[in-house]
Amino acid sequence: MKQMSFEQAMKDLEEIVAKLEDGEESLEKSLELFEKGAKLAGFCNEILANAEQKVTELTNTAIEKGAENV
Amino acid sequence: MIGINILTVTQLNTYVKAILDGEKKLWDVFLLGEISNLTNHYQSGHLYFSLKDEKSTIRAVMFFFSAKNLKFTPKNGMSVIVRGKVSLYENSGNYQIYVEDMQPDGLGSLNLAFEQLKEKLANEGLFDPTLKKPLPRYPQRVGLITAKTGAALFDVLSILKRRCPLIEVLFYPVMVQGTKAAEQIIEAIKFFNLQKNEKSRADVLIVTRGGGSIEDLWCFNDESLAREIFKSKIPIISAVGHETDFTICDFVADLRAPTPSAAAEVVSPEMNETILKIDTYVLRMKRKIIDEIKKYQKEVAAFASRNKLKEQIRWINKKKMILQLSVNKLESNFLRILNKKKEAYLLSVSRLDNLSPLKILSLGYSLAISEDGNVINSITKVNKNDEITIKLKDGQLRCSVNKKIKK
Repeated sequence: MKQMSFEQAMKDLEEIVAKLEDGEESLEKSLELFEKGAKLAGFCNEILANAEQKVTELTNTAIEKGAENV
Repeated sequence: MIGINILTVTQLNTYVKAILDGEKKLWDVFLLGEISNLTNHYQSGHLYFSLKDEKSTIRAVMFFFSAKNLKFTPKNGMSVIVRGKVSLYENSGNYQIYVEDMQPDGLGSLNLAFEQLKEKLANEGLFDPTLKKPLPRYPQRVGLITAKTGAALFDVLSILKRRCPLIEVLFYPVMVQGTKAAEQIIEAIKFFNLQKNEKSRADVLIVTRGGGSIEDLWCFNDESLAREIFKSKIPIISAVGHETDFTICDFVADLRAPTPSAAAEVVSPEMNETILKIDTYVLRMKRKIIDEIKKYQKEVAAFASRNKLKEQIRWINKKKMILQLSVNKLESNFLRILNKKKEAYLLSVSRLDNLSPLKILSLGYSLAISEDGNVINSITKVNKNDEITIKLKDGQLRCSVNKKIKK
């Protein structure tokens, strides 16, 4: 989950909520989804709680060298 | 410095002015140009503005006594034909045209160029709403393309910081006006689109600058820039100038924001809202799962009771059957036994009847009983001279044994 982007996590969470609310799944599967959803929510909340603005100015060297220096 | 003629600024300006004023061709000039940077001095009623074409600009002034006769209201961007005298304003050293009369020339040529380019690109499908890329809802990185010194940079950063500090800003400084601006912005868009490294890949780009004159914003009407924006794989938000300013860039971008601040707001989900959203999701999941469990419990209970009943009925039926079998068996057995007993009884009764001593006595037989009350069924049971009783059907005889005669 560490490598997951916030957007992906939110998307997955939304999908899980929708799937759960559909009520098509078995109880076992529902519990599994719930557990996964709760983990995702925790992950998202943690990211938000620790958010600090990061601004990277692309200097000429960075621009010339491309990705590696950024 | 002997021999060098040193002039004062005033002397030079007066001298140049004299040359200009001496040129008859400049006394009465008809000039086609586009109005820009127009200031209307309400108190004096004088109009100060510039006239320009694609390459050049000239300062212009129209004094109150001429301006009051105008049949239209001059505006920035308007193409006009003016008539006037060319001279030099000594105080500023500005060479300018003193406008006596002015006629509108339809759409300004810049505006015309703008409209033509807009139409051309629209026909090519560059503004097609169906080709606009969707913006990421939670961008991780925003590529910011703007001037290093502009207010736009400050506005965008402060709004992103307030709303969603989660977003990392990759700031690519460019010039946002002048001849090199379009080229630099194109380079910036190319740069972001070429990034392969996860950490330098922007999810969305903001191309922006603050307000300015039409000329200042003109680089955002560049055709190559428009095509680069269209080509970009990364969605682009264009926010150029104020709310009322529209550029080609705005039309071709995936989204046009009216101001730099608005662009920042569009890309950044409000963090508090996001937190609330997550909470709501968790709540919804909890509610659902609790419902689900309750429902399941009920189902299980219903299922169990249903099954139990079925089993009981089955058990009962089985028992009933066994019982019935037993009953049947019992009944048949009983009847058989009963019949047997009955027969036996009847037989016994008849036997009993036959054995009844009374019946025997009635036939004339008699019963000899010893003194101790036993039936005498053998001569060996008595001795000579014993007293015995003989029972007959209507009484008894007391006798004594005279003689025993063996058979």
